[in-house]
Amino acid sequence: MSGAQMAARAARQAVIPSASGRDRTFAWIFRAMMYAAVGLAMLALVTLLYDVASDGLPKLSTDFVTRFPSRILPERAGIQSAIVGTFYLMIICTVIVVPLGIATAIYLEEYADRDKWWNRLVEINIQNLAAVPSVVYGILGLAFIVRGPISLGRTLLAGGITLSLLVLPVVIIVAREAIRAVPPSIREGSLALGATQWQTIWKQVLPGSIAGIATGVILALSRAIGETAPLLVIGAAVNPRFNPDGLGSAFTALPIQIFAWTQDPNRDFVALAAAAILVMMVALLLMNSVAIFLRNRYEQKW
Amino acid sequence: MGRRTSLVRRPTARSRGENAIRALLFGAALVSVATTVAIVFSLIRETIAFFGDVGFAEYLFGTRWTPQLNEAQQSFGVLPLIWGTLYLTGIGLIVAIPIGLLSGVYLSEFAPRRVRKVIKPVLEVLAGVPTIVFGYFALTFFTPEVLRDALGVGVNQFNALSAGIILGILVTPTIATLTEDAMSAVPGSLREGSAGLGANKVQTAIRVVFPAALSGVVAALVLGASRAVGETVIILIAGGQTANLGLNPTESYQSMAAFIAATSRGDIPTGSIEYETIFVVGMTLFVLTLVLNIISIRLVRRYRQVYE
Repeated sequence: MSGAQMAARAARQAVIPSASGRDRTFAWIFRAMMYAAVGLAMLALVTLLYDVASDGLPKLSTDFVTRFPSRILPERAGIQSAIVGTFYLMIICTVIVVPLGIATAIYLEEYADRDKWWNRLVEINIQNLAAVPSVVYGILGLAFIVRGPISLGRTLLAGGITLSLLVLPVVIIVAREAIRAVPPSIREGSLALGATQWQTIWKQVLPGSIAGIATGVILALSRAIGETAPLLVIGAAVNPRFNPDGLGSAFTALPIQIFAWTQDPNRDFVALAAAAILVMMVALLLMNSVAIFLRNRYEQKW
Repeated sequence: MGRRTSLVRRPTARSRGENAIRALLFGAALVSVATTVAIVFSLIRETIAFFGDVGFAEYLFGTRWTPQLNEAQQSFGVLPLIWGTLYLTGIGLIVAIPIGLLSGVYLSEFAPRRVRKVIKPVLEVLAGVPTIVFGYFALTFFTPEVLRDALGVGVNQFNALSAGIILGILVTPTIATLTEDAMSAVPGSLREGSAGLGANKVQTAIRVVFPAALSGVVAALVLGASRAVGETVIILIAGGQTANLGLNPTESYQSMAAFIAATSRGDIPTGSIEYETIFVVGMTLFVLTLVLNIISIRLVRRYRQVYE
């Protein structure tokens, strides 16, 4: 349908009388409602941040960051094992998600023939996976990775794999967009010079889309860092007084520690949750700043 | 001879390498298919085991959900969990639909560029806040200070109202952003046509652009609903852990996702009936969100086709 046809259809469908006084009042009310809606959304964010900051800041100290959790004394409890656990989880996620995500994105954008049913299946499958609730990934982790066929136990590696599978669709979707943004003329030029398809991808397409892909990976990691439900379901340790010492070690993570503290009847422990949230938010902020920096600094303009 | 047959495509070292790479990449793409297969397989296996112990009708139509009790008093009617999920999602959508839609319309049709530059990042930040933070906020601020003290609503410590409203704030950015996308995709000629007929900006936005973007907007709402249905931690922290088939929003409710997270803590014995309930509820949740996602994908595809 062309623009002109659509305009004609709109004209036929919406016969609009010229604005009367009532219409003007309605327009004014509608505008007020829009401002109120946007204002409410802003207010929600500001209140949320303020509440967490005012609860958490007084509890935040170097001791809090370096101590291990305590079950008895809130003033001696810390989050070292949670920070270290989250850090290791992020490394495992990166190692798994970067090659798998980029490879899948390259396959779908550069190789897949969309007329073949199996390629369409892969595509639809990824769209659906992206919207599967995170708690279901926890079930997968419990039944398949912690127990069942892979049987890793309630270990750091099992947690890392579960989170990786959860965020893999995000990486794939963002990486595909970045690859699609590289114009076809670049590929054609490379192929015309005698490069093979893979040489074209490796030397032209990937360097041209790397900023977008990196942004996608960071986006995915910043989702993984705050995920609570899957780690709860697979059984991350609560209040461990040790750091994980290898892939096969028990572990905890920041969101698990936060969750455990919100469940505590002692209000002093609940306030510690806010302090741990602040630490997590700072990590998120850093990751997002890196993503924005990459986007602005390295994004290719074609 | 050799010269002529070289016209026939024979695998060279180079093309063999290319094919190997292609196969490798396809293998990576298969990992995500394998993930789905593994999810479905693990859900189905334990679901079948569950229905070996509990009747299908008893599960689907039963009104009491008490797997935590001892064997004589156990009851496995999933309706309270489905109801809790839908009830909380409903409260969330009552909050999120007006705020999200109006914000989306504003961003697409009215906001000056400078204002957009402020609001868009705020929505992005809001969308990026981990849900556990929303849960903490609902439990320690919204329930005691807003609902109880400021508004004087007599709510329990764990209640549907607080969890539902915060759930709504969680999905608001999703709805706002997708609504904006759908409305921005409507070609400018429609707006010009409407303005040419004497409509003001609000009339154009509501009567021309909004209907033209309707399937995209509905897709945004469905996606928002599907996020709320699958959300776990807010409900687990602030909504409580009582399966409830009632209507009172000041009481505690449990959703399917919250039940799963509350029940499975890693040390639950494999093969026990509690273990199986995680999977049968997970299956129910998976099917529900899958249906919502398919609807949303279909709708998005339809509105894209119109304008391309």
